[in-house]
Amino acid sequence: MGDAMLPTLLHVIAFPLAELGNRLWYALPLLVSVSLVYAATRHEELPPILNHAWRFALWIALFMGGVAGVVQLITWAL
Amino acid sequence: MADTKDPPTAAGVPPLPEMDLRDPRLATFLAWLVPGFGHLYQGRTGKGLLFMICILGTFAYGLHIGGGRVVYASTVNPVGQFSKFRERWVYACQLGIGLPVLPALIQTWRVEHGKEPLLGDNFLRPPYTRSDAETLFGESMTQAERDKRFFSTKDQDDNLVYHKSEYQKWHHDLAFRYELGTAYTLMAGLLNVLAICDARWGPFVAPPTKETGDKPDDSK
Repeated sequence: MGDAMLPTLLHVIAFPLAELGNRLWYALPLLVSVSLVYAATRHEELPPILNHAWRFALWIALFMGGVAGVVQLITWAL
Repeated sequence: MADTKDPPTAAGVPPLPEMDLRDPRLATFLAWLVPGFGHLYQGRTGKGLLFMICILGTFAYGLHIGGGRVVYASTVNPVGQFSKFRERWVYACQLGIGLPVLPALIQTWRVEHGKEPLLGDNFLRPPYTRSDAETLFGESMTQAERDKRFFSTKDQDDNLVYHKSEYQKWHHDLAFRYELGTAYTLMAGLLNVLAICDARWGPFVAPPTKETGDKPDDSK
């Protein structure tokens, strides 16, 4: 039974996660762009823009990661 | 002109350098027309280039992901027909980027008036309905040829699948990349709205909080 469970678990859990992981890379350029543009509307010089952009990108990444985690948990529960 | 040697404020935020926004209305228009142009006109070269690269890059990447189809992929012209605008409401957001999306209006107008779109098949043209295809290519193609070219795709088993409209075919062929490309181009338009506000009024600075004890400078 254990031998049969492993492929099933891989199919149900690992493959969707890998697919999700690949698609999540599409968020990276948008994350960089949004954080840089937003920060540039708050400052005039490059160093404070980059500093603000880094903190804002981190905040967005954490927020998106949290939402993705919740969605993944809901998916498993279903 | 820029003076960055002022000491930081009590909040730890360096003061903004003095800047000349020149003619803010013209800068606003230029910033809408091409992202970054308003700032370049104002002599804010660094920010202008940053906005241009980020916003146009986002837009171009979205257009690439979406196979060049995601800007104004509507079968109706919203000008004068706002009740139908809901079919492709995201164009209102994409319009924030200005010149790069304006050709879509011309392409739609041409298709609606029975003329072939300009500059090839892939340049911001609207999806054809069956009547559009018949009007445009009725003489040069048979119905079977039109159906095969504009409304059919091959499924996983290599069978020919026919769609009701080209809009549905694009959705089917591009799958999640259609929505992703739409989101990218939409975000590019909205980001340029922020850049336009920056060109019009300068950088947004949050008012001082009670904790820092700063007071707004009333002398300006």
